[in-house]
Amino acid sequence: MFSRSTLVKSAIGLCLASLLLLALPAMSAAEPETLTVYSGRSESLIGPILEQFSAETGIRVEARYGETAEMAATILEEGANSPADVYIAQDAGALGALAAEGRLAALPSDILERVPATFQSASGLWVGLSGRARVLAYNTDLLSEADLPASLLELTDPVWHGRIGWAPTNGSFQAHVTALRVLLGEDAARAWLTGMVANGTAAYDNNRAVLQAVSDGEIAAGLINHYYLYPALNENPTLPVALHFFPAGDPGALINVAGAGVLNTSDQPGLAQRLVLYLLGNAAQTYFATATYEYPLISGVAIDPRLVPLAEIPTPEIDLSDLSDLQTTLDLIQESGALP
Amino acid sequence: MQYTQTIRAITSRIAVLPRRPSFGVSASQVLFLAAVSIVALTLLPIVYLVIRAAGTGADGLADLLSARTLTIVGNSLTLVAAVTLTSAAIGIALAWLIARTDLPGRRVWLILGTLPLVIPSFIGALTYLAAFGPRGLLQQALAPLGVMELPSIYGFAGAWLSLTLFTYPYVLLPVRAALLMMDASLEESARSLGANRWQVFRRVVLPQLRPALASGMLLTALYTLSDFGAVALMRYDAFTRAIFLQYTSSFDRIRAAVLALVVAGLALLLLVLERRLSQTRRRALNRRNVRAGGASTARPPAIVRLGGRRLPALIFCTALTGIGVFVPVGVLVIWLIAGIQAGIASQTRSLLEITGNTAGISLVAAIAAAGAAIPVAWAGRGEDAKGRWLVNLAYLGHGLPGMVIALALVFFSANSLPGFYQTLPLLTLGYVARFLPVSLGSTRSALTQVNPRCEEAARSLGLPPWRVIIRVSLPIIWVGVVSGAAMVFLNTMKELPATLLLAPTGFRTLATQVWQAHNASYMSQVGLPALILMGVSALSLGFILRHAPQEEL
Repeated sequence: MFSRSTLVKSAIGLCLASLLLLALPAMSAAEPETLTVYSGRSESLIGPILEQFSAETGIRVEARYGETAEMAATILEEGANSPADVYIAQDAGALGALAAEGRLAALPSDILERVPATFQSASGLWVGLSGRARVLAYNTDLLSEADLPASLLELTDPVWHGRIGWAPTNGSFQAHVTALRVLLGEDAARAWLTGMVANGTAAYDNNRAVLQAVSDGEIAAGLINHYYLYPALNENPTLPVALHFFPAGDPGALINVAGAGVLNTSDQPGLAQRLVLYLLGNAAQTYFATATYEYPLISGVAIDPRLVPLAEIPTPEIDLSDLSDLQTTLDLIQESGALP
Repeated sequence: MQYTQTIRAITSRIAVLPRRPSFGVSASQVLFLAAVSIVALTLLPIVYLVIRAAGTGADGLADLLSARTLTIVGNSLTLVAAVTLTSAAIGIALAWLIARTDLPGRRVWLILGTLPLVIPSFIGALTYLAAFGPRGLLQQALAPLGVMELPSIYGFAGAWLSLTLFTYPYVLLPVRAALLMMDASLEESARSLGANRWQVFRRVVLPQLRPALASGMLLTALYTLSDFGAVALMRYDAFTRAIFLQYTSSFDRIRAAVLALVVAGLALLLLVLERRLSQTRRRALNRRNVRAGGASTARPPAIVRLGGRRLPALIFCTALTGIGVFVPVGVLVIWLIAGIQAGIASQTRSLLEITGNTAGISLVAAIAAAGAAIPVAWAGRGEDAKGRWLVNLAYLGHGLPGMVIALALVFFSANSLPGFYQTLPLLTLGYVARFLPVSLGSTRSALTQVNPRCEEAARSLGLPPWRVIIRVSLPIIWVGVVSGAAMVFLNTMKELPATLLLAPTGFRTLATQVWQAHNASYMSQVGLPALILMGVSALSLGFILRHAPQEEL
């Protein structure tokens, strides 16, 4: 048992502490300009450049991080009440889906003209911020170049049973499946997915976890975005992992973009556009090229020397705006059993 | 002789029967109204979820009965059964060793055996993946012996292992308390009539343990059903993982709502069982108190000499606490060292803020839940049917996974209460809805210690009803209320899924910080926040163990 007076004192202390805690957000809310960003890109990739934007402009950025589809669904759920000003997605499909639902506002031409037409919405509702290639990362101790498949579709072959990994919850993966649907048709895409599941393809939470499993030798190869390899190589140059780009015309060779759009429910569209413009400026594009090892989308910014230039990657004929039907893709992925 | 005994039994029975003292109409009515609003507030989101899911009509129903849903039901139930049974076996064995034998260092084993309660399941699972994964630390240690890969612990095996190791204390604590309070005479009689030790245990001790065991096992089952962290990390397709994946990787949130309602229904079943058993248990306790006429005539049971079995017993305890406590802490320390080498110092400032956030919001939730528990417990005092119903409704939240409550609150507030959406008050409401039953338990048992006659006496001496509550009743139940608050604090510190979904943009807690670092594969940033989280939790656990009545754990 403890004495009454200590109890009373501690109770008063607790109340004061909790009042202080409740007062904190109120104090921070008093700051004048705050942008709310919903980001499907993880904090480790996009956080530093958002902070740099805040430091340079004095505009505070509150970022909410989640999966690309999750953030888009959240915006749809919130409707007109959405606190979000800017939506950043890790693939064009989710942006297209929001645009199709009429939730994005048209961007001004000074933003749109910075990016090639292939990497933006045809109606100017979203722009790409950086490019990424879908690749097969493989463990060089377990596989040699001769073992590598000529096509993404070969991965359903029994030789690969239990040796491949993927990240079915990941926005980039989902966009890739959408691309398969657009390129090959529903049935072929479904057949590939069910074939992969039947072939014991291991599901991981994200690209990094797939890469980790490949480098550990838990699996022989995994489908990821190209840029995850380089930070891992910086940490450990002897990592036994290399990237395999699928050959010309194969649906495995997809170039997608991470992009952004401004919500039409934003109460500060001017500030929101300023952020998007900043992300297409030299500083941010150089950051994407040198810190996250992606492809910058504006001209005049050099890529990392280890990267294959964008122009040399044989990519299938596809319009990124066609990737907007995410829901059908998600249904397909679930139907196949890749997601519970 | 017979007659006086009966009278004594009756009067002592009356003394333990909680009775609501008659107060002025206003005071008790206001309290009841407060209780009704609190319970309504915690249940409103669930009602909304039901309406929302019902809106899907035939589609939702088809979804409900799909093979995929049934597989998930099967997965969850298998895991619940497996974890509950192994936890019970481990919990009973350890409780018996600690309470009834001359095992060296029993006090230490008790503390080490309880400590898993401060390890959030997702942090524990994270460390097990690092330690026992196919290419984990254990494999690396065994590599010189030619072990190139360990069997995968992903899926059922990993979820089973981690959940068992983090839930057996729920069995250990009540069973140990029951073993200590048992009357020795029954066992001695059985021995003198020729039963051997094992027969005594099976036929005399075990039946007496049943109430404590059942409530511990049901707590374990509820914990397993609603756990998110371990199944998510071990990639076992149980309900919470399926709901989370549905929520994060799809536009179709109705399916998440439907799945949430199925798991809520299962939890409800377990809960009804739990209520029924805990009532039986309370009655059994009362009966014993009556029979013993106070505790004085019951003799503590004899201590069993382990003799040659001492070594295997020690090995069992060492292995159990080694895997349950030292492996997680060890792996976290390894990550901490890696973090220090990588220059973690730059983040310590934000970590200080995050620790403040976590402790602050947990404190607010603890105070709110403890405060909310008082009127609800008050309404459930006595034999009033309305009040009992209210208490039973309040216990609902106990069975609902944090994920389900959070999902309901997100749906509800985004559509109907945009002003509260993504705010700290809403997050607090989520915690209160989830953990109100925790504080309710200890507040209610404290209330049974208040003799209504004291309150009536104060009243008859002219004290107005409100002041009777403040000056007579509250001081008596204060300790119970505070330990209830401490339990809510501990649970809120460890909470992950509701925090992920409900926290205001930019508001981080230690749990979400660990989760984010794990998602970014920055394991060197997991060590420090995880160790701080467990350290603060251990402090509150110490407080609870010191002050809560044994049978309430």
